[in-house]
Amino acid sequence: MSESKSLLELSGVGIRFGGLVAVSGFDFSISTGELVGLIGPNGAGKTTVFNIITGVYAPSEGAVRFSGSSINGLAPNKITAFGIARTFQNIRLFSSLSVVDNVRTALNLHLQTGMFGALWRGRKFREEEHRVRIEALELLEIFGLAKMADAPCRSLSYGDQRRLEIVRALATRPRLLLLDEPAAGMNPTEKVELMKLIRFTQERFGLAVLLVEHDMKVVMGICQRIAVLEYGRKIAEGTPSEIQKNQRVIAAYLGEEVVDA
Amino acid sequence: MIRSKSVLFLMILLSTVVSYVFTGHPEPSWPIAQIDDYVLNIIVLAGINITLAVSLNLVNGHTGQFSLGHAGFMAVGAYASAWLTQVRGKEFLAALHFCDAAAPVVAFLLATIFGGFVAAIAGFAVGLPSLRLKGDYLAIVTLGFGEIIRVVIQNTDSLGGARGLTGVPIRTTLGWTFAIAACAIYVAASLVKSTYGRGFLAVRDDEIAAEAMGINATKYKVTAFVVGAFFAGLAGALYAHFIGYITPEGFNFLKSVDVVVMVILGGMGSTAGVSVAAVGLTVLNELLRQAEQYRMIAFALLLIVLMILRPQGLIGDPVRWFKARRANR
Ligand SMILES: Nc1ncnc2c1ncn2[C@@H]1O[C@H](COP(=O)(O)OP(=O)(O)O)[C@@H](O)[C@H]1O
Ligand SMILES: [Mg+2]
Repeated sequence: MSESKSLLELSGVGIRFGGLVAVSGFDFSISTGELVGLIGPNGAGKTTVFNIITGVYAPSEGAVRFSGSSINGLAPNKITAFGIARTFQNIRLFSSLSVVDNVRTALNLHLQTGMFGALWRGRKFREEEHRVRIEALELLEIFGLAKMADAPCRSLSYGDQRRLEIVRALATRPRLLLLDEPAAGMNPTEKVELMKLIRFTQERFGLAVLLVEHDMKVVMGICQRIAVLEYGRKIAEGTPSEIQKNQRVIAAYLGEEVVDA
Repeated sequence: MIRSKSVLFLMILLSTVVSYVFTGHPEPSWPIAQIDDYVLNIIVLAGINITLAVSLNLVNGHTGQFSLGHAGFMAVGAYASAWLTQVRGKEFLAALHFCDAAAPVVAFLLATIFGGFVAAIAGFAVGLPSLRLKGDYLAIVTLGFGEIIRVVIQNTDSLGGARGLTGVPIRTTLGWTFAIAACAIYVAASLVKSTYGRGFLAVRDDEIAAEAMGINATKYKVTAFVVGAFFAGLAGALYAHFIGYITPEGFNFLKSVDVVVMVILGGMGSTAGVSVAAVGLTVLNELLRQAEQYRMIAFALLLIVLMILRPQGLIGDPVRWFKARRANR
């Protein structure tokens, strides 16, 4: 029965694209307060797993359960409303919007007033708009972006755009946060900074975080548990030290890199 | 925030007053109000075109869809309203007898709103199934819808068929035209500014990311379509009660293209730019009246050149432009 306590549960999940089996027989679970790494060589199926969890793809087989209920085949926006948020490996900000508006958009989910509120502009609406902005700014502040709040998001540096994606995901008020290579393209110092921030937000908001990241030192340093994918199959799972020692992982993916570390 | 609503109310109030002063067709009650009929004609058409362009901009500009069926919704509004005031005109007026002298105006306003609602329902019926389609496919479906509406009206004898419907009471005034244009501008501007309305822009910028942030993209697209169709319906009703004579041909594909051109020229997504373009093109259309057959060729060339040289639209956002100039000083 300990399984039923986990927040997200994937059992035997698989997906095919035509003849290509991108993911198969994937069993995985994560609980609130955990920070778990998902690693594997390029093309192993990590992003595809994210796409299945968030409803971009419906799995060809297996079941996805979140917080006790099945979310198989639900529309992505419904799944987000359940409490799963993500960032994208290829940055997908709302390019015509300002920094703060990218975040406001994600708070849309929690609005009490809708279209008619926006037209009538009554007191309830104005107070809510004010609260939304404050909440957006507070989240931006955590990631050091509040001073650029009104700048166009396109004007941000690459690293800041990645940070903004995390802020935007947090604005949906998730319980599970999926981060797809959030530190890609950052230098080692920036990476360490970002991982500290991820740790901080995870604790502050009581999240479960699933992290895809290539830099082994980073993953080993921050994650409590790591799952390894290869050719769409899970080949190992365990604590960082277990993964470091795992022969299959070393052969498949880590090679000399871990020996060095 | 409060201010923009007060400004709207003021504008409507002003328009209403003006509409009593500049009644256009009946004897103007003020000497100043004696504007040349030809000029008045152009100004009213410009107001109707502002409503059309701003509402299509909500769909094509802000939400990033490509609808080519705006004339179809305009036709629905024109015919639905004229059905009340002309086809069933006597009964409708009789039902409003308690309004005394104001009955014709009340009848016109109710008919206009009715036209807007019927068009909105048509927008929902077309939008719901077709907004799953993207880009060119959506353009083709909406184009088809416009043509179907036209053919249906052509074959409906009670609406005058292909000959059209004559004797629609002339009630549209400058004031009502601009009151409705002001409403369209207000709705578009305040929707898009709000947190709720940023969802339209998010859907346009990146539909997958928008969905991942919990935004129901289909709902937003349908909403944009329905609101757009509603205002196109109002514009159609204004048009019918301005010219007094409507034909299915008047709402053909070329009319939709006209509105699309306004939206593109004005810079997709800029309410102010699109309004300016609507006025500009109305005037241009009048000037080119003699060369009607070349108009579409001119538009097509204009669009091609524009897409190459200034893809953000000829006008872009005049509000931002003024602000930038002021900031530079
Ligand atoms: N929509 C798709 N259509 C076809 N193949 C896909 C699609 N999405 C992913 N794949 C394939 O699935 C495999 C896993 O890809 P991905 O999940 O992006 O890997 P990773 O994120 O681990 O680098 C790759 O071979 C990729 O080409
Ligand atoms: Mg990937």
